[in-house]
Amino acid sequence: MTTVRLGQLSVGQRGVIVRVGVGSDSVDWVQRLMAMGFLEGSIAEIVHEAPFGGDPLAVRVRGSLLALRRQEANAIEVVQYE
Amino acid sequence: MNETENFQTLLSSRVRSRASVQTQPLKTIALAGNPNCGKTALFNAITGGRAKVGNYPGVTVEKKEGRVRTASGGELRVIDLPGTYSLDAKTPDEMITRDVLLGGEATQDASPDLLIAVADATQLERNLGLVLELRKLGRPIVLALNMMDLAEQRGLDLDLDRLSQELGIPVIPTIAPRQQGVNTLLFEAEKKLQSVRSGPVVGWAQTTEDEIRKRFSEVDRILKLATRKGSAPTLWTDRLDQIVLHPLWGSVILFCVFGLMFQAIFNWAEVPKDWIESQIQVLSAVVGQLLAPGPLKSLLVDGVISGVGSVIVFLPQIILLFLFILFLEDCGYMPRAAFLMDKWMGKIGLHGRAFIPLLSSFACAVPGIMATRTIENRRDRLTTILVAPLMTCSARLPVYSMLIAAFIPNRAIFGVLRLQGLVMFGLYLAGVFAALLVAMLLRLTVLRGPKPMLLMELPTYKWPDAKSIILGLAERARLFIGRAGTVILSVSILLWFLSSYPKPPEWATEPAISYSFAGRIGKTLEPWVSPLGFNWKIAVALIPSFAAREVMIGSLATVYAVGDQKTGGVTQLLGDRLLKDWSLATALSLLVWYVLACQCLSTLAVTRRETNSWRWPAVMLIYMTTLAYLGAFLTYQLASYLGLG
Repeated sequence: MTTVRLGQLSVGQRGVIVRVGVGSDSVDWVQRLMAMGFLEGSIAEIVHEAPFGGDPLAVRVRGSLLALRRQEANAIEVVQYE
Repeated sequence: MNETENFQTLLSSRVRSRASVQTQPLKTIALAGNPNCGKTALFNAITGGRAKVGNYPGVTVEKKEGRVRTASGGELRVIDLPGTYSLDAKTPDEMITRDVLLGGEATQDASPDLLIAVADATQLERNLGLVLELRKLGRPIVLALNMMDLAEQRGLDLDLDRLSQELGIPVIPTIAPRQQGVNTLLFEAEKKLQSVRSGPVVGWAQTTEDEIRKRFSEVDRILKLATRKGSAPTLWTDRLDQIVLHPLWGSVILFCVFGLMFQAIFNWAEVPKDWIESQIQVLSAVVGQLLAPGPLKSLLVDGVISGVGSVIVFLPQIILLFLFILFLEDCGYMPRAAFLMDKWMGKIGLHGRAFIPLLSSFACAVPGIMATRTIENRRDRLTTILVAPLMTCSARLPVYSMLIAAFIPNRAIFGVLRLQGLVMFGLYLAGVFAALLVAMLLRLTVLRGPKPMLLMELPTYKWPDAKSIILGLAERARLFIGRAGTVILSVSILLWFLSSYPKPPEWATEPAISYSFAGRIGKTLEPWVSPLGFNWKIAVALIPSFAAREVMIGSLATVYAVGDQKTGGVTQLLGDRLLKDWSLATALSLLVWYVLACQCLSTLAVTRRETNSWRWPAVMLIYMTTLAYLGAFLTYQLASYLGLG
């Protein structure tokens, strides 16, 4: 089972979250991601990209639509599936 | 609890009960929930919109409080808490929510007797997380499943009894804008208040990541048991977003929305503005006829009516601007604008969210600075606060309009555009560029730090709740009029006094004002401002405008003594006078001064409150004044060199 970072996916792709807070040393930030719904086992889907370089992303997770940059999305590891 | 504390509790409950004219203190219920869950609409539905809005001591987080009489005849006090995703207390909003729930000292209030947890029924997967966190506090709690109509439209079929049983708390479906479920909610709340004796709050400890995981797996477990049929994704939010967030069309829509907003502010506000202006003239004439000539008449007509009147005329523009902002915020567009703008904001080191406070600052920097509360990082927030007053606020408009009308010919350019409009647009752009430049410099120097992180919700689109918007507008209008009645009234009276006394001597050859205190102050300051092309009369008018920039018109009218003419608007007459007295270079220099200068006591006061220190308002005043001086100096010298002096 190979994992990818959420920030590497493009619009329409989705994956099951397996790890939150990869390479992040800020506990506050990780907890914030989790409280907003980025939790292991939940499904994250890239729904939109902003203009001019495709950053930030709009990601659907646990029924809500969240905006974050690719760099931040890279702290989330997913197993991609169709 | 020792004796003293007992006594204090007794005393404070006495004070409270006397204040509320009740034999015993009112029970307090607090509404808590995620942002965008329709909590404020529910609060308005419960209290009928009669809310008292204040601030928590020390911070500008809004404190909304109302009363409700229940079906059984009892009265309850209702508090609306800021929307939060968790109680981890990382933003000011979250800190306040947590403090109120725990009955912290900072909030000067006891912990509420009952909580109403509000959850968006269309997003239970996330919303129930906070509900479980709230449940842990050990207060009696009732869950309002808000926006139930939308959830049902999307096919959600919940077993409410099962949900209530698993959560261990009463669950009441509500549809706030239609008042549906509100009475049942209050009935359950009252029942619970009577049956449960509220003891001390269990307490709260910093959450760990594992606890968050456990909390949400509990949410998943409960939802699995209570859901008969899951809801389909929001079709039309998705469809709208295909266009609104589209790389090309999204940018076009963004441009059109804000283009329309500025058009509206400038064009639609004209009619009510003219009407108010004419009413002020009528009032001024009536008062002028009723009173015998003398100091009292002079004070009322030249000081109070012309000073306060010159500000009140902007009420229609401010209401229109806030109408747009509240509407865009309520329907869910604002975070999407921030999403589209994030790339550009990020380039100068600002958070995408800074877009909303900066945009609000086009109306007024005060709500703009207050809107920075949603930015978590302190450095990001400070940068946004410091540059917000550079955005062209509506108080600059009167000065811009008057000077442009007087000095800039309304020539057509390229057939369709007009020079006056173009200059106005240029002044707005200049403010934006100055703000971006200063933000960039701040991020490279004193407020250096990593690029801010972005994580924000793009809520489901909804038709805004008319009641909430009307209440919001009424609140802004009240604040604005209150300001006109206090700061601007006192400044007008002070300026009237300074420019009327002492009276000129018998042998006076110059206009009366040059013998007054104001005249003397202006002449002392003249050497300082003459490199900017300002004469002593401008210097006099500039002093009170540091308190509130819009008093400049009234001040100039007083200084140039054009207030006592019978015919025509004051602005028109003043413009004619200035055109005779000033060069174009002076007018341009003053315009640039107005783009850059920090001339607003309220902005400094709100900055002091938001940053909790005198340092940042001082920094703001000093850097903006320096910038304004340099900008005006360069403009005047350059314009004089080009032969416009």
